[in-house]
Order: sequence, then structure tokens, then C-alpha cells
Amino acid sequence: MKQSLIGQPAHRKEGRDKVTGQARYVDDLTFPDMLHGVTVRSPIARGQLRGVQFGEGIPWHEFTIVTAKDVPGANCVALILEDQPYLVSDTINHPEEPILLLAHADKYLLEEARRAITFEIEPLPAIFSIEDSLNRKELIWGEDNTFKSFLIEKGDVNAAWAHADFIVEGEYETGAQEQLYIEPNGMIAIANREEGVTVWGSMQCPYYVHKALIKLFDLPPKKIRVVQAVTGGGFGGKEEYPSMIAGHAALLAWKAGKPVKLIYDRAEDMAATTKRHPSKTRIRTAVGKDGKLLATEIDFTIDGGAYATLSSVVLSRGTIHAAGPYNWPAVRVRSRAVATNHPPHGAFRGFGAPQSIFAMERHLNKVAQTVGLSPEELRRRNFLQPGETTSTGQVINEKIDLSSLLDRALKLSDYQTKKTRFAEFNASSSTERKGIGFATFMHGAGFTGSGEVYLSSVVGVEATETGKVRVLTSNTEIGQGSFTIFSQIAADALGIDFSQIEIAQPDTANVPNSGPTVASRTTMIVGKLVESAALGLRQTLVAGGLLGERYSADEFAEACRQHIAQHGALKSFSKYEPPPGVHWDDEKYQGEAYGTYAWAVYVAEVTVDLTTYETRVDDFVALQEVGKVINPVLAAGQIEGGVAQAIGYALYENVVWREGRMVNNQMTNYIMPTSADVPPIRVYFEELPYAYGPSGAKGIGELPMDGPAPAILNAIEDAIGQPGIQTFLGQIPLMPETLMKAMTAGGGND
Amino acid sequence: MRAYLPEYELKTPANLAEALRLFSDEPGVWRPFAGGTDLMVLLEAGKLTHTRFVSLWGLPELTGIESHDDQIIIGALTTYSQMQAHAALRAEFPLLCEAASWTGAVAIQNRGTLGGNIANASPAADSLPALLVYDAELELISANGSRVVPYNGFHTGYKTSVLRPDEVIKTIRLPRTTAGWRQHSRKVGTRKAQAISKVCLATIAHSENGVVQAIRLAFGSVAPTPLRATATEAVLKGQPINAVTIAAGRAALLNELKPIDDVRSTAEYRAQVAANLLVEFLEMLA
Ligand SMILES: Cc1cc2nc3c(=O)[nH]c(=O)nc-3n(C[C@H](O)[C@H](O)[C@H](O)COP(=O)(O)OP(=O)(O)OC[C@H]3O[C@@H](n4cnc5c(N)ncnc54)[C@H](O)[C@@H]3O)c2cc1C
Repeated sequence: MKQSLIGQPAHRKEGRDKVTGQARYVDDLTFPDMLHGVTVRSPIARGQLRGVQFGEGIPWHEFTIVTAKDVPGANCVALILEDQPYLVSDTINHPEEPILLLAHADKYLLEEARRAITFEIEPLPAIFSIEDSLNRKELIWGEDNTFKSFLIEKGDVNAAWAHADFIVEGEYETGAQEQLYIEPNGMIAIANREEGVTVWGSMQCPYYVHKALIKLFDLPPKKIRVVQAVTGGGFGGKEEYPSMIAGHAALLAWKAGKPVKLIYDRAEDMAATTKRHPSKTRIRTAVGKDGKLLATEIDFTIDGGAYATLSSVVLSRGTIHAAGPYNWPAVRVRSRAVATNHPPHGAFRGFGAPQSIFAMERHLNKVAQTVGLSPEELRRRNFLQPGETTSTGQVINEKIDLSSLLDRALKLSDYQTKKTRFAEFNASSSTERKGIGFATFMHGAGFTGSGEVYLSSVVGVEATETGKVRVLTSNTEIGQGSFTIFSQIAADALGIDFSQIEIAQPDTANVPNSGPTVASRTTMIVGKLVESAALGLRQTLVAGGLLGERYSADEFAEACRQHIAQHGALKSFSKYEPPPGVHWDDEKYQGEAYGTYAWAVYVAEVTVDLTTYETRVDDFVALQEVGKVINPVLAAGQIEGGVAQAIGYALYENVVWREGRMVNNQMTNYIMPTSADVPPIRVYFEELPYAYGPSGAKGIGELPMDGPAPAILNAIEDAIGQPGIQTFLGQIPLMPETLMKAMTAGGGND
Repeated sequence: MRAYLPEYELKTPANLAEALRLFSDEPGVWRPFAGGTDLMVLLEAGKLTHTRFVSLWGLPELTGIESHDDQIIIGALTTYSQMQAHAALRAEFPLLCEAASWTGAVAIQNRGTLGGNIANASPAADSLPALLVYDAELELISANGSRVVPYNGFHTGYKTSVLRPDEVIKTIRLPRTTAGWRQHSRKVGTRKAQAISKVCLATIAHSENGVVQAIRLAFGSVAPTPLRATATEAVLKGQPINAVTIAAGRAALLNELKPIDDVRSTAEYRAQVAANLLVEFLEMLA
């Protein structure tokens, strides 16, 4: 038997192809006779479409032109609520909404044609803010502009206010954020009545696209085939929107009778596709003078944009994470996702949690200040302990010790020494201020509540006569390393070499539905299924007397060969079963919200420049408990990348909206941090194995998005703390322009 | 790529004379194309309205850096990388080299030219404040001959200049008259690299016994063109550097700037930070 591969820095399965340029992304693929497609979009936020004008000088007869009238099935993107059309038929609900599609063999002429189309639109008043939506300034969706609302209640919140020593209130706001995967979206489709519809493209979730195309074309499932091409990043941005693009490419291909390639450039991708939901949170907290948290009331609202898309589930995760890793005797969380005339906001790493965690982690620093405790002491007195319950009443039965985790993070970052040193520095410097701050948080892995049970994922493994084993899942490699992790898990379970594992490219014609590649579920949930399918395959060989307890690679290959000779094939499938004792009440929002959580303490050190009001992050410590690290290089990569992305969220990435449209939709003006703006990110792991993850692993993909923004703003507060500044430090992105206002106002009312 | 490529034409003349003939035979029809780092961005976005270009790239008359006793002459096609590698420029005109080091990143610095930065006339261009404080002159050439004009005054408004459609910038001349001056510059961009300036400052000054003998101040991104802040200079000149002078300089500058709100920043921020940058320099000088 070989040494275990778990915990080893195995090389990336697809790495060689990527660095040598062999990997084929969707824009590298071509088909004979292929046309190019473009989407013609609404220039305004809301209105009634009255007509389309095709300008002079374009040979329109050469073009394939698709409008809502050409849709063979239902004109809606099948997801949760079916309210979003593929193409506008009469009402326009957001800027950049797709109205018409064009295809032509000459992609340059296609651009000319796109510019030559104008729409006659009767404008309607539009709304762009959470307030206007809540106040129903215009009614733009349903009966109350509300896609979804939740209420979580634990204990008696109303009774707590009376005997609180302090009541602390605060308001917090977070902005939109663009996923900014390196490869813009794109799809190629071949579609006709005889063969059905096949699409190749950049995506996270092949079976989401599959489901959407079934409805759009009204075809049986087996007539639809979705193949993931090598994908250059997703971050949630390729969770739901690819269903739209695949549908558009397929509609064009269906009408043209030829393959159609539809690729977005960066400007279109940024302006038209989804972003992180902006949010507003109000928190009111009762606390005793001993620093014991007594109760909290959280009001959490997210801007869903013009259609429901995934807002209800984003809201759900944000709602459940809102109370943080604290032992609240009483909690009430009221939340809602509201409609505005922005393009729909969607999935993005963290999925609602970064928004509500930002609010709570900023708020607790305010609570600490009010009570007169240090931020760390306040948290220590209130951390969730094993046996205590979360806001949904979930009993913590892991042996997590958040106080020790906090102690270790503060030690690793030299927190106390720096506090003292920075205080001295700040008293003497006239040009800079330094500060240090942290955030403590948790992130639930896998789908929320009964989500995984509904998904009911299936994974397969299949052996060849030469002893190679293919892993069959619909989970995509999007740069995060899932193919490598699956290979490590399968090789380990089978006791064979890493190189003997192959991962099938996700293709709905060949792989079972193992669910979407989202929600930090791929390693933990799907990886566990890979492990059990692989163990099942091995068990088949052992039970058949073909394999002993210990075996060489040759013996394994020989056993496979013999089994295949006798039975024709050697396959093993594994289906998701919920861990025992997991209950979720969807009505009351009570129970085991997630199978498990990863726990973390992040510490940020900053310098604020008093001349330019710029903030620089100088050092960053990310300490987390993740069950088991399967691959230390990939795991650290996830954390480092997530922290960098969250530094952007906190300080740089400001979506500038005008009349509901993103106007800084280029990388020159939408500012993501570069390597020059990101500090050393020091990553540390702790491991408390989770019984239902492969070798004990929990999900970690989204976790690093949650903590940096509040840690950084807490550090900024530590650096420039002066009365009245707190209101300005309740919002992200915290741009130098805002910080200038905060610092020159020299107060304001808090 | 959003441009309709068949509409575009790029000629590559054998020499400068041939290029200038094209510009003078059909004035306004042909435009120069140097490193292309501004033009290609517009082309890709489908926003390059002009369609006929003459490539200047490689024309020897427009390249190279020459040192003379009284001035350094920089060919218009000189790239940011070439400027940074030039010892005399680095020693005597460090603000220009510093600005070159801030421009884009290495790829852009290998291709973008100083002539292109001037002609493109972005108010946010990073090298232009340095040219203003060094009292640079430009040699403009056409088929009918050449003329030398002061760089200060070259831009007549937002993206307009004294350059005629038949002319190109041939060289940029820096008089060697500022040895011993205190030199300082600072870029405040949207991030540390690959950033467009929200405000930038280039300044040189000469002080004795705590009194400002001479000062030149120039800012980017605070007006429709790169701005030489002469009114503020006048307020500071001859004054002892103390709190009163600093406050007067600050007030004069806030009067002189004409910043705007745009997607990158606000007028208020630009004004405030420009003033802070001035104060920072004056405090260094004290
Ligand atoms: C990614 C990126 C980052 C950038 N970052 C910065 C930055 O940080 N700071 C900054 O200031 N700029 C920046 N730029 C802008 C650009 O690099 C500079 O303005 C550059 O100096 C332009 O020179 P060029 O030779 O490439 O000009 P081109 O694009 O070739 O031409 C620009 C304009 O100048 C005209 N022109 C060029 N040469 C002459 C001449 N000799 N005579 C007359 N007209 C002429 C052309 O007709 C055209 O109108 C950046 C650009 C990119 C793409």
C-alpha cells in the first residue's frame, strides 16, 4: 500500500495543459460553418418595448435575427422562480436586458450591425435603491417588490431590552462587486430538431444549464447536452448566468441551422452579468455591563436587481450567518431580498454571508467600545461553545474552541505588541496612522438546510482494463483545483497512484448529476461521494475475490481486467445521504442549517495616509479550522485568493452606477487590487476532522471572502479612531473619498 | 474587439518625409500612430472614430535621446523604458523618470511614447506635469518646416492644442537649468500600479534660509489640461516657509484648480488632496 496522498501538495491534474497552452477554452473551439453571435441590449432601465429599427447600410438579409417570438419553448430562464425572460417581449426591467440576438459569419460586421439597431422604448420610472424599493416608490415586481423574506427567532428578544445595561445600534452597508474571473463568459451551440441542442462553454454548473435549456426548447432531457469547456474562473459569476448565454447561443443556432459562438468581451460581461448583492443591515443589540450579549435584532436587506434569480438563496445564507459565531440567548433576524431595476445580482463567493458578517463584525467593535472592553475580550465572553446553539437552534457538537483560535491568531499577528507600538507611532507621526483589527466568523459548507437532500447528488467511478480509474461528476474545474482534489481522494481510497486517476470532463451525456460547483460543497460533499464510490469499487473487487487487503498497482490492474472480462464493466456509484440527526425546518428556519462550519479569525494591519486618505493593508493573518487540509498548496491558494478578493471588496472595488447601469465596466476604472496592493497573506490551518467530509475535510472556498472586510475596517478604526468616524466606517467599499469626508468632518454625528 | 476592422487603414511610411507628405497633402485625413497604447484601447472598445493612421513607429528622426550642454533632446517616440534607462535624465530630470516608472506597467512602458502622452492630451497623463515644471519646449515638424513652442501653452483646452493637423511632435527639449533645485513628485492613483491618476503633482523649488526663492508647481487631473499653478507659485515666491505661507499657498491653490467629478474620484477629493500634496512638499522644503 502506498503512503496516503491526503495532505500532500499533489500537482494540479490539468496544470500542464494550462501552462503549455494546450487547454482549450470555449473561444479556442471552432466548428465548420460556425457563425458568431451578439446580444443587443436595452439602453435604459425600464420601459415598454414598442419597436425595433434596423439601420441603413447593413445587409440584414445575411443575418440570423432572433427575438422573443422565436423561442420554441418557454421564454424564461428556469432556476427558482421563473420570472426572467431570455429575451424581452414587451417590458424592459433593467439596463442591458437582452432584447434581440444577431448572428453572422463575420464578427466585425456583426459589431457594425449591433450598433445599427435602435429600439423604440416608452420609458417607465425606475428605482435603484433599497429604500425606494422598500418604500414602493414604484412597484416593479410582484405585490411588494419583495422576492423573499425570512424570519429567524431564538429566545425572547423583546424581553431583553428592559434589563440591558447598554443598547447599541448601528447601520451597515455593502456595495456590489464584480466577480472578475479572468475568462469572460462564452458559449457555442449546435441546435436543430433532429439532434437536439448541444452547448459547450464556460460554466460552473452543467446541470443548471441543462435544466434551463429543456424548458427553453421544450425538449426531453436526453435531447439536451451540456459540455463544460475549460473554464477560466467563476467565483459564482458562472453559476446562473451561463444558462442565459447558452440559451441565446442555442436560439441563434436553432434558427440559423449552423453552430453559433457567443463570446462576451470584458465590457459586456461587466455591464450585463451578475454581481454581488449590495446590502443594508441595521443591528440593535442588548448587552450587560459585564460584556455578556443578551439579545440582538438584525434587519438585513439585499438588492436583488430586476429578477428573482438566486436572491432567495443568497438571502438565506446571509440571514443564517448574520448572528456570527456567538452565543446569543435571544436573536431575531428579519431579512428580505428586494427588487430594483439593476441587472439581477447573483452568486458570488460567500453568497450573502460576507454582507451580514461585515455588519456584525463591525457592530461588535462598537458594542465593545460602548461597554468599555477590548474587541477581543468582548468576543471571548460570548463565543459559541460546544453544546450551545446558533441562531437557528443548531447545537454545536464539534470541539471548536474559538477563544484558543483567537489567542493563536492574535499571537501570530503580534497583535498586542503592535497595538502598543502603533499607539506610539500615531502619537508622533503627522503623515500616517497605523492600526490593527480582526474579525471572527464561521462559514457553513454545502447547501443550506435541506438543500443537499433535494440535490441528491450522485458520483460515479469507472475502472478500465489497465487499472485506470475515471471519476464521473458534474462538478467543474474552474481554477480552484477540484480535479486534483478528486484525484487525491480517489487514489487514496483505491490505494493506487495519483496518475492512475482520470477525471471525466463534465458532459451531461456522460456524467451523473453531482450538483452544482458552488457553496463550498465540491470537496466536502462531492469529494465524500468520490471517496465512497471509490471505496465501493474497491470493495467490489475484494468481495469478488479478485483483490486482497494489500496489493500492488499491477495486482489492481489485473483485478480490474478480470472483473471487466467477467462482468463487462467495473463501475461504482454513490449517492448523497444526509448525516444522521440533521433536521431542518424550512418554515421556521430552525435546525441544522449546515452539516458543519469552518471557523476563522483574520487579523489585518493597515496604514492610513493622512495626505491622500488611502489605506494600505500591510500584513494579513488568516487562521482557520477546516476539518482536514487535503492539499496544502491548493488550500492556501484558496485562502490567499479569497483574502485578495476581499481586500478589493473592502477598499477598491466600487461599482459606479448611473441610471442602473455600471459605467465603470472596464478594468481601467473598476479597480481590483494588483499584487502591488496586496500584503503578504499568512495562512494557517487547524484541523478538527468532520466525520462526513472526505478524510475529515470541510468546505473552505467561500470562507476567506467573509472576514477581511470587517477586519480591515476594524483596523482602520483602530488607526484613526476619533469620535464620529464610526458612521463612515459602516460601509464598504471604503474609498479614500469617503475616508477624506470622515477625517475632515472631524466628527459628524454618530 | 468592437471596431469594424475593414474600415481602418494604417500606412507605414519609409521615412519621416513620406509621413509628413501624407499629413500635408490631406490635412486631417491622416493621423499619427506611435506606440498605439492609447489608440488600441479605443479601437478595441469600438470608440476610435478616426480611421486612417500613419505609423511613426521606428522612424529614426523621432527616436533617441541627445544630451547637449544646454539641453537634453528627447525624440517623440522615446518610450518610458528608454527614459528610465537614461543616466542623464535620471540624474537631472528625475521627475520625468519617476512619472515614466508609474505609467502602466512594463509592457506599456516598453511601447508607450512621450510624444503620444503629450498628443493624447489626457488631463490625467503622468509625465506632463514634469514637462511643465522643467519648462520643456516642443519641436513640431511638418512638410513645410519646423517650429519650437513652449510646452506650457501647448494644450489650449480639453484635448485641444496648437498642433496643426499637418504637424507631428518631433522632439521634447528640456533646458538644463534646474540643477540643485529641490525636486518632488507624487502620484495618487486608484491603486499602486496600472492606475490612472486621481491627482498627481510635480514640483521643483529653490529655497534659501527658509525662504522660497523660486517654485514651479504642476498638477495632473485637476483641470481640463495638465495645470501649471502659476498663481499659487506667485503667492509662495519670496515668502518664508511657515504656517502662514503654507495656508496662503493652500488657499491660492484651491482657487486655481478646476477639478471635476468622474468615475474615478470626486472634485472635492482632488482639490483637497492636491492641496495636501502641496503642503507636504512645503513642509519638506522647510
Ligand atoms: C494598460 C495601460 C496603462 C496606462 N497607464 C498609464 C499611466 O499610468 N499614465 C499615463 O500617463 N498613461 C497611461 N497610459 C496611456 C498611454 O500609455 C500613454 O498616453 C502613452 O504615452 C501614449 O503613447 P503612444 O505612443 O502609445 O500613443 P498612441 O496611442 O500611438 O497615440 C496617442 C495619440 O497621440 C498621437 N500621437 C502619437 N505620437 C505623436 C506625435 N509624435 N506627434 C503628434 N501626435 C502623436 C496619436 O495620433 C494619438 O492621437 C496607459 C495605457 C494603457 C493601455
